[in-house]
Amino acid sequence: MKLTLNIWRQTDANDAGAMHTYQVDDVSPDMSFLEMLDVLNEDLNAKDEEPIAFDSDCREGICGMCSLMINGEPHGPEVTTTCQLHMRSFKDGDTITIEPWRASAFPVLKDLCVDRSAFDRIIQAGGYISVNTGSAPEAHSVPVPRDDAMRAFNVATCIGCGACVAACPNGSASLFMGAKITHLGELPQGQPERDSRVTNMVAQHDHEGFGGCTNIGECAAACPKEIPLDVISQLNKDLRTAIKHGH
Amino acid sequence: MTDMPDTTLTPDPSHVAEGHPSSDDAAGYYTPGTPLTDTKAPGGPIADRWQTRKFEARLVNPANRRKLDVIIVGTGLAGASAAATMGEAGYNVKSFCYQDSPRRAHSIAAQGGINAAKNYKEDGDSAHRLFYDTVKGGDYRSRESNVYRLAEVSVNIIDQCVAQGVPFAREYGGLLDNRSFGGVQVSRTFYARGQTGQQLLIGAYQALERQVAAGTVETFTRHEMLELIVVDDGDGPRARGIIVRDMVTGEIETHLADVVVLASGGYGNVFFLSTNAMGCNVTAAWRAHRKGAYMANPCYTQIHPTCIPVTGSHQSKLTLMSESLRNDGRIWVPKKKEDCDKDPRSIAEEDRDYFLERIYPSFGNLVPRDIASRAAKYMCDEGRGVGPEVDGVRRGVYLDFQDAIARLGKEGVEEKYDNLLDMYERITGENPYEVPMRIYPAVHYVMGGLWVDYDLQSTIPGLFVTGEANFSDHGANRLGASALMQGLADGYFVLPHTIRDYLADAPFEKIPEDHPAVVEAKQAVTERIEHFLTVNGTRSVDSYHRELGNIMWEYCGMERTEDGLKKAIDLIRSLKDDFYRNVKVLGTADSLNQSLEKAGRVADFFELGELMCIDALNRRESCGGHFRAESQTEDGEALRHDDQFAYVAAWEFAGEKPVLHKEELTYTAIEMKQRSYK
Repeated sequence: MKLTLNIWRQTDANDAGAMHTYQVDDVSPDMSFLEMLDVLNEDLNAKDEEPIAFDSDCREGICGMCSLMINGEPHGPEVTTTCQLHMRSFKDGDTITIEPWRASAFPVLKDLCVDRSAFDRIIQAGGYISVNTGSAPEAHSVPVPRDDAMRAFNVATCIGCGACVAACPNGSASLFMGAKITHLGELPQGQPERDSRVTNMVAQHDHEGFGGCTNIGECAAACPKEIPLDVISQLNKDLRTAIKHGH
Repeated sequence: MTDMPDTTLTPDPSHVAEGHPSSDDAAGYYTPGTPLTDTKAPGGPIADRWQTRKFEARLVNPANRRKLDVIIVGTGLAGASAAATMGEAGYNVKSFCYQDSPRRAHSIAAQGGINAAKNYKEDGDSAHRLFYDTVKGGDYRSRESNVYRLAEVSVNIIDQCVAQGVPFAREYGGLLDNRSFGGVQVSRTFYARGQTGQQLLIGAYQALERQVAAGTVETFTRHEMLELIVVDDGDGPRARGIIVRDMVTGEIETHLADVVVLASGGYGNVFFLSTNAMGCNVTAAWRAHRKGAYMANPCYTQIHPTCIPVTGSHQSKLTLMSESLRNDGRIWVPKKKEDCDKDPRSIAEEDRDYFLERIYPSFGNLVPRDIASRAAKYMCDEGRGVGPEVDGVRRGVYLDFQDAIARLGKEGVEEKYDNLLDMYERITGENPYEVPMRIYPAVHYVMGGLWVDYDLQSTIPGLFVTGEANFSDHGANRLGASALMQGLADGYFVLPHTIRDYLADAPFEKIPEDHPAVVEAKQAVTERIEHFLTVNGTRSVDSYHRELGNIMWEYCGMERTEDGLKKAIDLIRSLKDDFYRNVKVLGTADSLNQSLEKAGRVADFFELGELMCIDALNRRESCGGHFRAESQTEDGEALRHDDQFAYVAAWEFAGEKPVLHKEELTYTAIEMKQRSYK
């Protein structure tokens, strides 16, 4: 099929940037979205035009490195990552608009690449269980109810891609943060630091310039890993409890 | 100015041995070198060696640790776990990765699980059995003392990960669940649905970020190591730092330290198409190799049997379907060629050939990966493959879940494999609950890597190598769920102990940034970058990479022959020459430039690919993932020649004609046998 692509180009963080239009022919429905961009980049290279910079790594939907707003939706029209989106989701003759994540806490580095290091700093603020190597007790010493373990796992599948932030009109990272709070809070090992974890992570989140949550729900709808919205309720509940405990 | 590969280097005469053995396919392609031995593993009973080594390795006083600088390249399981642990111990750690966050390293994509000899199922497992299975699975080409240690510390890994909050699968009683994996007959694999690598890596990543907050670890993301700094100030060479490129600004930075650890992963992307991430590369390891670190068994490649088949030439990577699917899925092809294009559901049971169950009745679908892969290839070579024809052959076999759905119900299958089956449907557009999946082998893992001793130290003092980047534990074939085990064993429990014996002599003399070794390394990097940007040729980096990958897959893939390998070496050499003269890299050095990043990686893949072929040519035997057509039994099984090839081939860089050093493999705790899974 033939497609028209409107793509954001920006040479570096200081450049104003602009949309550019490209045509691609011979797109196969079995291509992934990023393979379609690979083909475009080969064409551009042949025409002495610098290829479009975009992030990707594993290309199997798990590393969280790929991004892209596709026609205004993070990761495009399907519930998956951009690297797992295939061209069979589009039709011959379509026009597709491709932009980087838009959030002030995720500055654009070049073209479609953004800086998501704010997520790492939120984890540094408390997204862990403090246990030094070698000091762990025998794994079976603390049984974990299966349902708790399942819920912890289901929200631990967050890949840290940032789609939730890109989808949110407030640019909030509450879904990302709530997923980690819920993952560690569901497990007995996560209890000792439960209060400090949530207060420190929320403080860092606000410091990074992410917006507040106003229960819109776009984040959960955009999440390629289907992290449920109730992790934000859990986040708020844990925060209230922590404040009550004097944190 | 040019950085054409140096072919004028001559080997150090003290490393060169006399003549070639009489029947050596690779004669003329290399120079025989002096033997190599591991001097670090203590003697005595195998079960006591690690305790002995931990006791004998000298200690570093906690007050001195904060004066010592440690560089760790790579943030996968082996790198992140080492950085976290070294930080906790109080060293100054600098951690580097090319991705935008340490959490993205490719360990994250491992699906099936992690082995540990916990014997929670009381099915006869033990450290000794895990050791035995791993040596046997590796076709008796690994170093036994290293493997025993791996099995021994495996139990600690599970404890550590559970304490970190890794949400492993659990039974109704709240205890950990296990499953069995290919090549073994016990259930020792711990898992988190089909995302075990992700959960383990997030655990290690969180431990790492905790140390960043504590001020012991500094992370450098979007930084790529492009050169190793080796300094010889009179007491012999030592690795003392690295040159990296800031991939956003293009700045070339020097980082100096007392010790350097490479945890930079494997080089499967030399094949272009593999299950590796797009950015996985050999550059960090290869630059170290060019500076004196020997590369061991580079030809040992694991071709994983259960990947989604290739569909066309646009493809950028191949996707693995976890081997755990073989626990419940049954692999088959039609008995008759004329059935190959039929709807598989219309093919009667008696017309299906469950070939693994037929040929290997005792292990069935759970034979090791190398055996399952070759069997699938033979079925397709015979013309009984399924799926679309690519270049005139159908390259696919069925992996069928109908029996499992009948036995466990659709919900039962979903619970175990849901995300994998979803991923399959996403990629192929076919529903595996209704139509059997199609799979075909793809390059997945490399057992070869930089040579290390028992301490995980390379032939360059002060350069340690962990995880997939080293060669030591998997021999010629890796068993499923053992890569995660090795990465975390190395990083959490082995390296932090062995590295202290080296660091007991530190801090070493401070190196000024204008030291000749630093200046030379930095200049080499700058010139190389400059070269790529000024060639101004006609072909893209990717087009060269794809062509190199085709050569490797055709001649150095699942089946290798003397003629094919010699042909491959010629083809690689001429393609490499063309690359340096005709590659086209646009953009600038001082900005984010993905073509430039790739150009450097592909340049190193050329040199590696050539060495892989020479190594494969030298090893005229079949073992594990290395199958030489000249060495097989009457019924087509791999045939080892322990009298001639029970050695690790450790290659020293010397330009076009590398030097081969052999480390003889001896087994005291296990008897070498011809593998049989029948």
